[in-house]
Amino acid sequence: MSDKHNAGDVPTTGHVWDDDLGDYINQPPKWWMLGLTASAIWCVVYWIYYPAFPISNTGYFTPGIGGWTAIKEMEADKSVVDEVRGKYEAKLKDMTPAAILADSELTEYVTRSGKVLFGDNCAACHGQNGVGTHDKQGLFAPILNDDDWLFGGKIDDIHTTIVGGRQGMMMAHKDMLSEAEIDTLANAVASGKPTSTPLFAEKGCTACHGEDGKGMQAMGSANLTDSVWRFDSSVEGIKYTIKNGVNAGTPETRVAVMPAFQGAKLSDAEIKKLAVYVYKFGGGQADAPAAQ
Amino acid sequence: MSQEVDKSAPAKKEVGEVTTIYNEFETWTWTVNMGDKTIHAKRMPGFFRTFKDRAQLALWLPFFFLPYLRWNDKQAILFDIDHRQFHFFSLTVLPQDIWMLSLLLLVAAMTLFAVTSVASRVWCGYFCFQTAWTDWFTWLEEKFEGNPTARRKLEVAPWDLDKIKKKSLKHLSWALLALFTGISFSIWFVDAFDYWNKLIHFQLPTVGWVTLSAFFAGTYILAGLLREQTCIWLCPYARIQAVMNDSQTILPTYDYTRGEPRGKIRRGGEVVAPQGDCIDCFQCVQVCPTGVDIRNGQQLGCITCGLCIDACDSIMDKIDKPRGLIRYASLDELSGKPAKKMYQHPRTLVYIGIILLALGGIVWGLTHLGSMTLKVIHERQPLYVSMSDGSIQNKYDFKLLNKTSKDFKVKVTAEGGIKDQVIIGAEHQPLIHHGRGTSFTIFVKAPGIYANKDATPIQFRVESVEDPMVFAEYTSQFYAPKK
Repeated sequence: MSDKHNAGDVPTTGHVWDDDLGDYINQPPKWWMLGLTASAIWCVVYWIYYPAFPISNTGYFTPGIGGWTAIKEMEADKSVVDEVRGKYEAKLKDMTPAAILADSELTEYVTRSGKVLFGDNCAACHGQNGVGTHDKQGLFAPILNDDDWLFGGKIDDIHTTIVGGRQGMMMAHKDMLSEAEIDTLANAVASGKPTSTPLFAEKGCTACHGEDGKGMQAMGSANLTDSVWRFDSSVEGIKYTIKNGVNAGTPETRVAVMPAFQGAKLSDAEIKKLAVYVYKFGGGQADAPAAQ
Repeated sequence: MSQEVDKSAPAKKEVGEVTTIYNEFETWTWTVNMGDKTIHAKRMPGFFRTFKDRAQLALWLPFFFLPYLRWNDKQAILFDIDHRQFHFFSLTVLPQDIWMLSLLLLVAAMTLFAVTSVASRVWCGYFCFQTAWTDWFTWLEEKFEGNPTARRKLEVAPWDLDKIKKKSLKHLSWALLALFTGISFSIWFVDAFDYWNKLIHFQLPTVGWVTLSAFFAGTYILAGLLREQTCIWLCPYARIQAVMNDSQTILPTYDYTRGEPRGKIRRGGEVVAPQGDCIDCFQCVQVCPTGVDIRNGQQLGCITCGLCIDACDSIMDKIDKPRGLIRYASLDELSGKPAKKMYQHPRTLVYIGIILLALGGIVWGLTHLGSMTLKVIHERQPLYVSMSDGSIQNKYDFKLLNKTSKDFKVKVTAEGGIKDQVIIGAEHQPLIHHGRGTSFTIFVKAPGIYANKDATPIQFRVESVEDPMVFAEYTSQFYAPKK
């Protein structure tokens, strides 16, 4: 950069490479020296102002006189978010899930902000957005965005489910029914008309699944007449369920357990938000006409 | 770029009516200013002087006063950056439509190019803020410090009370104009009256003070101190515009065939040697705000303001020669070639074509602004849900932007899609807030027997309950299990 010296005026360092390569002793240009000095000063200022040097292995470091830390900056940013959320959260605290649902602005807030909560706590079994998850036995956890509910799809039912958890129950029938009876029943159920065989009433299926085979919400027994299936909809799968039951205590039995979320796992407000969030997946059932 | 003028100019003692003009050289010599001297241009009346004065005012008076215009109890023209809205009388443009701004800038740039290719730096000479403010600043200077000769004398004069008074009054007036410029700029972006109220109570937000200071300092330095140096060394447009001239472009030109050989006129009009019409009076240089000598031909410093034409014409009148020794002429004309017609100037035609295209885009944009925009995002996970009655349900996220000035409720309908489909989720007619986005969820449920294609187009229409003309449409898909 410096054009003050031409090659002829300046001595070289005296070292010669490759026969003819030398190195002139030129001063660096002034602007370059200024930049260098300014950078050095900047470094010193930076070291003093910001946290810089670790000291020994005790974890101590020079804190810097500016008082800046990454945590502080993060918390300042977070407080901005909390401020926006704060007014909604304050409202939510004393409202019932049904009341939240009746407020379109709060519902909007919950459906936007509930995603993280659902992802952290529910999606492991129910899948992202409640699409359900499958294992080798069929559907592992129910789909939450259809309108078929074992324990009720009203907002308060969903809330109760999250608060206390749920546990399905069905006896294993492999020792009570003959292979032929199981086959008949399974085919009837698979066709969507369980009551078409007299065995359904005779063998006591109606006790849990109801006279009409539509299930009983209080027990969480499945509706056998609709087209949504809890486990496996094939005849073989239905036979397996009849034989081994649900949560029947054997190694072969089907498993359907949802843990309780109240207390250690989630706060009351979080459960309320999740109830509304799940309700709004698309299968929520209105309490009474025009409750929305 | 520097050329010294013959300092030993004779005829200093001449007192003839015309020859007195030579006396003005007494205190100065001129060079093309490299920034080490202040140019004190003489103001002479004339056609171009008047035109320049009026053009400057016509363009820039609205800059100062238009923001005070009210429309429907609101500022008529307001670039509301705070709320991300642009108000133009009844029209409100939201950032979503800001693509039109790029077309507007394109029109501006192309107009600049087109005009330049026809008549050179018209913008620079008569309209540019640098030219205008510099002109006003030097006008103020002349009011307080006197004509160029007096100013040159004052510059070298010792600091006495008179000089202090003149100088401080000038700088005060400059500062006031600069301040008013800063204020006038600011009020295009915030409510004008509210701004004044905050300003006089010293309650502007930081960004307000920064903007005001920047424009105050910018005006003061650029128009007061740098002046023509801005055009010569700083301005990128000046460089671009200068290369757009060609031999067909008309620009202030010295007719060298008529003027040369130049020579000073003697008292009584005696002619010593064969002489052209230029009497070497330097009036053209003296009036030039950028200090160039137009007789050297078109050059970078020339902003084509035509003031030298005024000066020269006035001299030609006095010495009974025809006007137009310096005039707007093209290089072709000067070298005796026939003048070409407009349509023979393809460059200009291309510019005009681009301008028309961009204008068309803006007109289309403004007439298709709409009062509402709609985006429908289909839920991807799950694409569809099988319901207990065998029907298929799809979920859609509706995102609406209400561009009107009030909130309204909307209803949602759909065309296409599946037979006997039901739209769920908008029964309560969602309220759409104006000026910001509103979103809600819509479900479409259709019988499984009809929903047998994996994707069926469905066109949603959202319209205001009160006014069906306020609507927006969006085409999405309805997904179902393939059968």
